[in-house]
Amino acid sequence: MKQVLAKADAGCATSNFLAAALGRLPGAGLVPHIRARAFEAYERAGLPHRRMEVWRYTDLRALIGEVLPLAPRPDAAALARAKASVRRVAVDQAVKLVLVDGIFAPELSDLGELENELHVQSLRELLENSATGAMAGLVLSTTDDAVISLNAAMASDGLVISIAEGNTIRRPIQIVQVATGSSVSAFTRSYLQLDKGAHATVVQSFISAEGASGYQANDVLIALAGDEASLSHIRVAADAADAVNISSGIIAVGTKAKLDLFSMTCSGSINRYQGFVTLGGEESKLSANGVNLIKDKLHADTTIVVDHAVPHCTSRQKFRAVVDDCGRSVFQGRIVVRPVAQKTDASLSTRALLLSDQAEADNKPQLEISADDVTCGHGATSGALDGNLVFYLRARGLSEKDAQMLLIKAFIGESIEEIFADNLRDFVTAQAEHWLQERQ
Amino acid sequence: MTLLEIRDLHVGVDSREIIRGLDLMVNAGEVHAIMGPNGSGKSTLSHVIAGKPGYEVTGGQILFRGEDLLEMEPNERAAKGVFLAFQYPVEIPGVTTMNFLRTALNAQRKARGRGEFSTPEFLKKVREVAESLNIPRDMLKRGVNVGFSGGEKKRNEILQMALFEPSLCILDEIDSGLDIDALRIVASGINGLRSPERAMIVITHYQRLLHYIVPDYVHVMSKGRVVKSGGKELALELEACGYGQFETAA
Ligand SMILES: Nc1ncnc2c1ncn2[C@@H]1O[C@H](COP(=O)(O)OP(=O)(O)OP(=O)(O)O)[C@@H](O)[C@H]1O
Ligand SMILES: [Mg+2]
Repeated sequence: MKQVLAKADAGCATSNFLAAALGRLPGAGLVPHIRARAFEAYERAGLPHRRMEVWRYTDLRALIGEVLPLAPRPDAAALARAKASVRRVAVDQAVKLVLVDGIFAPELSDLGELENELHVQSLRELLENSATGAMAGLVLSTTDDAVISLNAAMASDGLVISIAEGNTIRRPIQIVQVATGSSVSAFTRSYLQLDKGAHATVVQSFISAEGASGYQANDVLIALAGDEASLSHIRVAADAADAVNISSGIIAVGTKAKLDLFSMTCSGSINRYQGFVTLGGEESKLSANGVNLIKDKLHADTTIVVDHAVPHCTSRQKFRAVVDDCGRSVFQGRIVVRPVAQKTDASLSTRALLLSDQAEADNKPQLEISADDVTCGHGATSGALDGNLVFYLRARGLSEKDAQMLLIKAFIGESIEEIFADNLRDFVTAQAEHWLQERQ
Repeated sequence: MTLLEIRDLHVGVDSREIIRGLDLMVNAGEVHAIMGPNGSGKSTLSHVIAGKPGYEVTGGQILFRGEDLLEMEPNERAAKGVFLAFQYPVEIPGVTTMNFLRTALNAQRKARGRGEFSTPEFLKKVREVAESLNIPRDMLKRGVNVGFSGGEKKRNEILQMALFEPSLCILDEIDSGLDIDALRIVASGINGLRSPERAMIVITHYQRLLHYIVPDYVHVMSKGRVVKSGGKELALELEACGYGQFETAA
């Protein structure tokens, strides 16, 4: 029982879609009202399509057509399957927080080991019990993007994490999102707040359990890095080969704060990571990087919008895509420099490596500069492996595959090396190498 | 023992014939110099021996120790002992020279049925050779040839040759871009590798290199053929008279 959610049908059928789910979605007080409003906003716009600039290369109407029904609450068997797959992606030393089919699973999470300075609550708990109307509005806030509105309407769970002023959380926090079902949707939403001078690393891993297929994941992460805070956020999407994953990050960065973003997609059918970063405090710094490893028919889109809203901020972006088979890579990097944002220093480099004749890459850097005293640069290239380099390595004893592998590793290494912490860099490298081995 | 035997080789690129019936025999222990005007096909010959894709062998054969070299992948040729020092060594950003050397060396050792070097063994060997070629250690930490000067790139080729211990070394204009001191260092590195089991083909435009690396035979290549062969004195003759006399002969 699939529901078609194109704009043309935005009538009775779609309202039923929310109505059918509402009984299972958490939220007291104002929450159902907030959800209904968000759903209306989604209905008005419908699924994003190519005539919308930010969705130009990822026409969801054409690519997915419909939104699948909400996944059922995972039963014991589903949790057991999820548990087996979580082990494979666990980051060394991390505090694991696991969401299964969009529902927080405390039994698979490391709740007993939380550092005192780390405050964690499930979204469900927050919306059911403790949220004030203002807090609920903040956590479920929307933008003019329809997938974010849909997520606010449908979010079934997520994590609400806060770190109080001046605290450093040493262990990485890893949110593992597992899909166990088939032909269902999970809507998750997490909220992260780092108060002044707080430091933390949050890893988000999207994976599937054995047997999961054709599911859709829609995730939103709202994060606030307060003044002088530093947040490192790594997202790795390793979904089932026929799955859809649409993830949005909405992140605000305060004065002298630092945000390190890294996004890697290595499997799935349709994947979109869209990050909206506002550098809202002077002297804040963004380092946004990522690697997409694309084969078969995967369509992977990374869209980053950086808003330099105040003077003296720095943003550095480095994205690399490796595209094989009939894969398609999309990278859109929009840098907005507001009129007041003098002394902005922004750079963006995006490169795609095409490994087959059918592989396709669209690189679209877009600078919108309204201040005059700024340094902004961008570069975008796409092309095949250099045959002369491959031959040089083969002449030195490497097989063709090994030669290619060494060159691909070097290529994606340009972006991965930006990850500061050794254990996280190793974690990402290991997943990338796994992809490369499978390609052999 | 005959290491390399090339018989009536014909090679074309994009349906244009570049090697046009070339014969060459190289025995173990010998040093052969190949000279010849620009565009005569010297680098093409070296590429075909090493197995570079993009060339069409339309006739003839290349045997290495009696085996058909043209049937082998480039890495198999390297493992069998064929080494080409490139006229234009490429830059490989993101792969450190050390990592590259280790990966290549171990791939060759594995193919030859020998165990991998341990890290200390490997480091010791690389440092020894690097020192003898005046290659500073920090160069080994940089990407392969990235930002290396022309002379440094050539020294890096000889470093590899010394590490991989090939039995047939083809040196394509190893002297180009070298200053006088570097030429002496590189030449003595090469001479140090001369042995009764090993043969060398030295491609050059200048007698000066052959003053240091004294060849047993000198061949003149013109328009895709060996048009004259002789002893080391042929190089002196060429230096004095140029290639004019052979252009018509081809
Ligand atoms: N890939 C190629 N495509 C087209 N022509 C080629 C290619 N490689 C070589 N040639 C041509 O073949 C001829 C021989 O080139 P080659 O590089 O072998 O000459 P060479 O003897 O090494 O010259 P030099 O002394 O200048 O190094 C030249 O005319 C060159 O332009
Ligand atoms: Mg040449």
